[in-house]
Amino acid sequence: MRPTNTRDPQYYHRVVDCQWACPAHTNVPEYIRLIADGRYTESYMLNRKSNVFPGILGRTCDRPCEPACRRVRVEDEPVAICRLKRVAADLRDDVRDLLPTAPAVKNGKRVALIGAGPASLTVANDLMPLGYEVVIYEALSKPGGLMRTNIPSFRLPVNVLEEEMDYILDMGVEVHYNHRVESLKAMLDQDEFDAVFIGTGAPKGKELNIPGRQEADANIHIGIEWLEAIHFGHIDSIGERVLVIGVGNTAMDCCRSSKRLGGTDIKVMARKDRPYFKASPWELEDAEDEQIEILVNHSPQKFVVEDGKLAGMVFDIVEWNENEKGRLVSTKLDEVFIPADDVVLAIGQDNAFPWIERDIGIEFGEWDMPVVDRATFMTTREGVFVGGDAAWGPENIIWAVEHGHQAAISIHNYCQGTPVSERPAYGMNLISTKMGIHEWRYSNDYDPVDRTEMRYVELEKRLSDMKIEAELGFDLKETAREVERCLNCDVQTDFTANLCIECDACVDVCPVLCLTITHNGEEDDLRQRLMAPAENLDQALYVSEDLPQTKRVMVKDEDLCVHCGLCAERCPTAAWDMVEFDLLTPYAGQESWTSPALAGSTTSP
Amino acid sequence: MSYITKPVARHPKMPRNALGLTPRDYEGTMSTLCAGCGHDSVTAALIQAIFELDVEPHRLVKLSGIGCSSKTPTYFVRDAHGFNSVHGRMPSIAAGANAANRDLLYVGISGDGDSLSIGLGQFCHAIRRNVNMLYVLENNGVYGLTKGQFSASADIGSTSKAGVANRQGPIDPVNLALSLGATFVARSFSGDKAQLVPILKAGFRHNGFAFVDVISPCVTFNDHKGSTKSYAHTREHMHEVIETDFVPLRAEIKTSYAEGTARAVTMHDGSVVKLRKVDDTYDPTDRGAVLDYLGEVATRGEISTGLLYLEESGEDMHGFENTVDTPLVELPHETLCPGSSALAELQKEWV
Repeated sequence: MRPTNTRDPQYYHRVVDCQWACPAHTNVPEYIRLIADGRYTESYMLNRKSNVFPGILGRTCDRPCEPACRRVRVEDEPVAICRLKRVAADLRDDVRDLLPTAPAVKNGKRVALIGAGPASLTVANDLMPLGYEVVIYEALSKPGGLMRTNIPSFRLPVNVLEEEMDYILDMGVEVHYNHRVESLKAMLDQDEFDAVFIGTGAPKGKELNIPGRQEADANIHIGIEWLEAIHFGHIDSIGERVLVIGVGNTAMDCCRSSKRLGGTDIKVMARKDRPYFKASPWELEDAEDEQIEILVNHSPQKFVVEDGKLAGMVFDIVEWNENEKGRLVSTKLDEVFIPADDVVLAIGQDNAFPWIERDIGIEFGEWDMPVVDRATFMTTREGVFVGGDAAWGPENIIWAVEHGHQAAISIHNYCQGTPVSERPAYGMNLISTKMGIHEWRYSNDYDPVDRTEMRYVELEKRLSDMKIEAELGFDLKETAREVERCLNCDVQTDFTANLCIECDACVDVCPVLCLTITHNGEEDDLRQRLMAPAENLDQALYVSEDLPQTKRVMVKDEDLCVHCGLCAERCPTAAWDMVEFDLLTPYAGQESWTSPALAGSTTSP
Repeated sequence: MSYITKPVARHPKMPRNALGLTPRDYEGTMSTLCAGCGHDSVTAALIQAIFELDVEPHRLVKLSGIGCSSKTPTYFVRDAHGFNSVHGRMPSIAAGANAANRDLLYVGISGDGDSLSIGLGQFCHAIRRNVNMLYVLENNGVYGLTKGQFSASADIGSTSKAGVANRQGPIDPVNLALSLGATFVARSFSGDKAQLVPILKAGFRHNGFAFVDVISPCVTFNDHKGSTKSYAHTREHMHEVIETDFVPLRAEIKTSYAEGTARAVTMHDGSVVKLRKVDDTYDPTDRGAVLDYLGEVATRGEISTGLLYLEESGEDMHGFENTVDTPLVELPHETLCPGSSALAELQKEWV
C-alpha cells in the first residue's frame, strides 16, 4: 500500500466516526470536552456553528452519530452524544452577544426562501451575516416547519424551538407568514429575487386506501396533519381506543400524543417484525415505556363501520419470507378484528409540488420530484435551489441543516458570479496534546462505565399534560459520568516514520491490537497479516513511509483504537504523538481553507 | 512512566488458547521501565510464548534478582507465583524452589549485571546443576539502573553515552554457558519476536537449564552510535545461524524443509523443535564446533543468533539427585522427614 496521506483532512476526519457520520460534521469530541470542562456556552456555540439548532437537535436529532460511535464496536452502547448536546444547550449562558449579526449595509442581493423550516432557516443563518436581504414565505402563522408541527411539545418544548429560531430571524429576516406560494412562475416572473430556495419539506401524509376509508373518515386522521392540528390547538381529544398505523418516528409521536389526549388503549400496528421498524430504537422504547402496545405482522385489510361510525379494523396476520429474488413477501395466516374509536395513519410522507409550473425550466424526474444536483442543490433552472425534505424526500432535521449550509454556499457563489460547482475546500488544524512526558491535555484514561440512562418525568404526571417535556435531561453528576465515556477519537495517533527505531513498544502496549510493524503489501493481504485481522472494511488502514532500520512499515487498523495514547507514552522517540484534529469546515462566504498539503504539520520533522 | 492503567477494552477477535484465555490474561501491571526499553518487548514475547503454550497461570513461577531486567516479572502473568531475590542470587532461589516442587514451570529473568557481575558464580552453578528452568538474560551492556556504566558484557571499544570507550574485555554469556556444559543455549534480540517467541517456547519445554541471551537495548543509556547493543547496531550485525520453529505436542507439522537443512529435536514432553540451518556446515549438537563457529562469527563483528546449541538427552538436577517423581512438597511429612530413628539407622552404616 502507498503511505497514507494524513495531511488530507478527510483521512483523520474519517477516524472521528461521529463527526464523519454527522451530515453537518459537528465536532462532537471537542464539544463533549468543553462540557466536561463546564464550558457550556462554548460547547453550545461550537455546536451551533455546524448544526445551528443545538437545543432542538439535542432533543430531536435522529443521531446518525450514535450508531457510528466507536464505543459501539469496542463495547456495546454509544456515548449519549445527543443528550450531551442538550446539556450544553440547557446550561449555556445568554449567547446573544456571541451570535452572528447582519451588517447594516446590505450587499444588494435579495434571496427568497420558501418555507420556514430548518433548511430555509439555515440558509438565512448563513446568508444574513454576508449582507443578503433574505425573505421567507411561510404558509403557516409561525415558523419552524416540521420542527414545530410534527414534533410534539413533550419532546420539544416550544420555548426551546422559538428561542433558537429567533437567533436567526432576529438578524432581520423578512418573514411573510400565512403566505403560501401558489405559483413559482409568478414569483420568478416578478424578477424580485436574485436567487430562490425551496425548503417546503415533505408536507403530505400518505393515504391508506382500503375498504371503509371514506365511510369512516370522521375518525381517521392523517398523522402529520393531526399532529399539526394538536400543536395549533385545533384538536384536544381522541377516543379511548386508538390504532396507529405505521411504525416510524411519526407513528411514535402519534401514539404518545394519543396517550396524552385521553386515549387509554393504544396500539401501534406494524406490518412487519421488529428488525424492519423504521422508528429509532429509543423512540420505540419511550413509547413502550408509556404503556403503548406494538403489534407486529398485522397488515391492514379494511376499516369496519357500524352505524355510520368507525368500529375498528380488520388486519391480516401475516408472516414474511424471502422469495427467490431475495425480496420479502408476506403470506396471510389469519385475520383479526380489532375494535377502535380512532385511527391515525403514520405510514410515510410525500412531497407535493403543485405550485411549481412544469414549463419554467425546472426539470422533474422520478416520483414527480424536481431534479436537484447532489452537490450544489441547484435545480435545472439556474438560481433556483432546493434543500431539506423537499429535495429528495423525508430525512431528518440534521440533514436539512446540512442541505441549508451547502445551498447557502451555492447561492452565495451564484449571486457573486462564481460557478456553483466551485466548492470551498475543507482544511484542518493538528495541535499536539502533549503536556509532559506522559501527560496529555485530554482525558486519555479509558472509563469502562455503561451508558448513562435518561431519567423521565414520572409517568402519570407526564401523560397528564401535552406540554410537559418527558425527558429530564442529564444532571451534573450524570453529565460528568457520561463525558468520560467519550474516547476522544479526534485526538489522533500521528506517526513520523523517520523517528521510529522499531523497538515495538507501541505494538506491545496497545490494548486493542491496532498496531503492527510488518512488510508492506497489498491492502487485502496486509489486512490479514496484522496483530489481529482488520476485518472491518469501513475502517481505514494507516500505512507509514518505510521505517529507517528495516524498511518495514508501521500499520494501524483504525477500527478499535481507543485513543488512550499509550503508544505515544511508550514511544522513546516521539515518533507517535497525540494530536488534536480540528476539521475546518467551509461555510458560505468563506475562502477555502489552506490546501491539504500545507495544512498544519505539527510533529517534529 | 504511564499514569493510566492499560484500558480494559479488548479486541473482540483476540485469539484464545486451549484454556480459553487471551494474551491479555497473561499481562501484568503497566511497565515502569523507560519508554522503548527492550525489556518490555521481551516481556511481550514471554506473554506470547506462555499464552501459546497454554500455561495455567498458577503453574508458573517467575524469579528475578535486582536490576531493570529483574523488575520485569511484575509485567507479565499477574496470577503467577513470583520471587525477587537479593542481587545475583536468583539462581539459588530457583534451584531451591525447583527442588521442592519439580512440577511447576520456572522462568528466571536476569540481566548482564545480575548474572555476569554480582551473580556470576550463581549463574555458573545453576548451569552445572542443570536446574530445569528457562533463564532469560536481558543483555544491554550497561548498568541502566545506576545511570549507564559499562557492564561486564560491554564490548571493547563500544562507547558510553558520554563518549568514553570501554577497554575491558566482555564476558560472553553464550560462550560461558557452552563451556560450562549448558544443554540449551540461544541468543536472540528483543526487536525480533518472530525469532524470540519460538526460542522461548522451546526453552520452556527443555528438560534442564534453557539459557537465552537476549540483546535488549537500553534506550536511555546505550542506544547511541558508539554502542554495540543498540537497536540499529544489532539489526545491522545480527547473523541468524539457526531458524527455530516450535511445534507443540499433537500439532501437525506443516512446514517442510529441503533435505539436510533441518533437524527435528523431540523435547521431553513430546513437542518438537525444528532447527533450520542457515549455514549448511553448522551442527547445533556439536558443542566444540559450535564454540568454534561462534568465535569465528564474533571476530567478524557479527552477533550469532538462534537456538545455537541443544542437547535434549541430558539429565537435570533431579536426575543427578535421583529424586522421586512426586514433587517433594507433595510428599507426606513422615516420608520426607522420617525422624531420628531413621537417622540413627542410617548412621549405623558408618559407625
